[in-house]
Amino acid sequence: MSYPSSFGAPAVPPLAAAGDPDLSVFGGDPLWLILLKAVAVFAFLLLMTLFAIVFERKVVARMQQRVGPNRHGPKGWLQSLADGVKLMLKEDIIPVLADRPVFILAPVVSAIPAFLAFSVIPFGPEVSIFGHHTALQLADLPVAVLFVLSASSLGVYGLILSGWASGSTYPLLGSLRSAAQIISYEVAMGLSFVAVFLNSGTLSTSGIVAGQRHWWNVVLVPSFIIYCIAMVGETNRTPFDLPEAEGELVGGFHTEYSSIKFAFFFLAEYINTVTVSAVATTLFLGGWQPPPIPYFSHFDTGWFPVIWFVLKLLAFLFLFIWLRGTLPRLRYDQFMAFGWKVLIPVGLVWLLAVATFKVYRENVTDRTPWLIGFGIAVGILLIITLVDPGARKHAERLEAAERERTRNAPSLDRIPWPPPQPSSKSPSPPYGPGPNRPSSVIVAGGPRQES
Amino acid sequence: MNAAILVQAAGEFTRTSGGEAATFWVLAPVAVLAALGMVLARSAVHGALLLVVNLFCLAVFYLLQDAPFLGFVQIIVYTGAIMVLFLFVLMLVGVDSADSLVETLRGQRMAAIVLGAGFAGLLVFPIGGVISGTKAAGLAAANNGGNIQAIARLLFTDYVFAFEIVSALLIIAAVGAMILAHRERAGGKITQKEMLRRRFAAGGPVTPVPGPGVYARPQAADVTPALPPASDDPGHPGDSGDSAGGDADSPHPVGAGKGAAR
Repeated sequence: MSYPSSFGAPAVPPLAAAGDPDLSVFGGDPLWLILLKAVAVFAFLLLMTLFAIVFERKVVARMQQRVGPNRHGPKGWLQSLADGVKLMLKEDIIPVLADRPVFILAPVVSAIPAFLAFSVIPFGPEVSIFGHHTALQLADLPVAVLFVLSASSLGVYGLILSGWASGSTYPLLGSLRSAAQIISYEVAMGLSFVAVFLNSGTLSTSGIVAGQRHWWNVVLVPSFIIYCIAMVGETNRTPFDLPEAEGELVGGFHTEYSSIKFAFFFLAEYINTVTVSAVATTLFLGGWQPPPIPYFSHFDTGWFPVIWFVLKLLAFLFLFIWLRGTLPRLRYDQFMAFGWKVLIPVGLVWLLAVATFKVYRENVTDRTPWLIGFGIAVGILLIITLVDPGARKHAERLEAAERERTRNAPSLDRIPWPPPQPSSKSPSPPYGPGPNRPSSVIVAGGPRQES
Repeated sequence: MNAAILVQAAGEFTRTSGGEAATFWVLAPVAVLAALGMVLARSAVHGALLLVVNLFCLAVFYLLQDAPFLGFVQIIVYTGAIMVLFLFVLMLVGVDSADSLVETLRGQRMAAIVLGAGFAGLLVFPIGGVISGTKAAGLAAANNGGNIQAIARLLFTDYVFAFEIVSALLIIAAVGAMILAHRERAGGKITQKEMLRRRFAAGGPVTPVPGPGVYARPQAADVTPALPPASDDPGHPGDSGDSAGGDADSPHPVGAGKGAAR
């Protein structure tokens, strides 16, 4: 049962041919170059944050027939810089009931993993910097995508701890929501990654990008869609911004935060948005590979690929903003039901299909009988869908069930609500006539609403 | 098998040098202190947090010993999922204040210290005596063709039944927990459609009721603002001054997008 005996089998060497991708490009850089790259990634993220805030406000403003910020800097593009400076100069308040160490720790825990995750994102192929041949990527690992996932799962602590440490009700509710939300949507996100791993045979980001030279992974359409939904849930953006839903929770987990601590949360949120966009670009849209347009496909060496990468990143950022300008927020139970009952089963079934297809392509030589069998199965399913036997009966049964349920639905007529008061003065109905008015408001509003 | 793995792990750090040793000697005290703090912390949430620190240090040790897959899975699963659920439950049930320090078992603390120290000694000295000075054997063979590929090959060849049985056990446990916690609804669920129908049938307000302070006329602080017509209560708390233009002293930056535009 020890390791050596398991590996002594002669069958190992041929299987071992599919090893880790060649990461020999990494690790040989001199220290100054590593520092340069790290600072460049840091600066890129800060600039993208500053840009994304103004970009978001301007785009949302256009979508709502407004002008948007237009005072600070050329055409208002320095607005976020001014906001940042203002934020630093504000008073820093720590609530009396707060748990001090955790309250201070939470924004830091939120911001640091957000920065870390970007270090494995490839910006481009190998280039020459001051005579050194190096890849445009800070680091790569055989498990780089797991690194991104683990960074995002560490970032959750920032949200949870901030809510708890604030010692206040709304932040606590917001952080409970965010914990449940991020864990749920991380499962769907992981499932969508697995199809990409199966397709490219590696977990290293540079290997995945190199494998998309001819076909981008966006051909795995269900995975791509699941990822796009899960990344919105993961970053707490509209329509999934339940942890900070200000209509319900004031500001959610960061209600009690101010000044630079709040700025950290704000920064972490935008960096997370940029990071998930970059991951989507890397895993599904070919990373720095040029778009499959004639005459463009030659620009895949040197510094040109950085342009493609940034353009794809901006497209994803625009998608985020577009969603925010378009969709209303989901109700919490709908949101969780969608994640667990739709996204995860679809992801599992799709994963099964991808694995089957991969085995089929590798192992089946005579494809005709398989194709005929597959065609017959699809045809039968199609005919069943078109003809739809028993649809009418089913619809009737549904209707009967609905009627039955309506008839049997719990009625509030017998419940004395509001509770009978000792005094006689009954409140006058403020809206229109109707003797049962107060009870009807309760019916509409809340206490009977289960779940 | 345990001995083999331990020997291997020990061999790894006995022949380390440079950055690896430095990382170990920085993180090992942190891990031990976090573990002690976890036991000694008064507040349950602080204890859970220190456990997170400990598990994270453990993940870094896995990384140091050429097991990147195990290390990151440790972070994702233990630190990222299980401990988050722990914290979730702790926060949900509200164990936020320090627990009561009255001991129900007499002499429990002393017994715990003695037994804990004894167990630690039992772990450290015999095993340390066995593994000191031995070298790692078979790490290169184990990582042949890549760490992930090697783990996958082992899981799906030699240990496939163990793997499947463990996963079946986990699924059974999850389904069992769901069944135990499941509660049938008494009576039907009121759908949104039905709620709306009742609301209109009863002749109530069609739109949401206006918030406090909406009907305020004066802006003076000493005048109680008019309340929404739904309530007659004159001294409704939390109702003053909302109309007096309060966003100016909000701690959140109105201009930074979040407060104003969202």
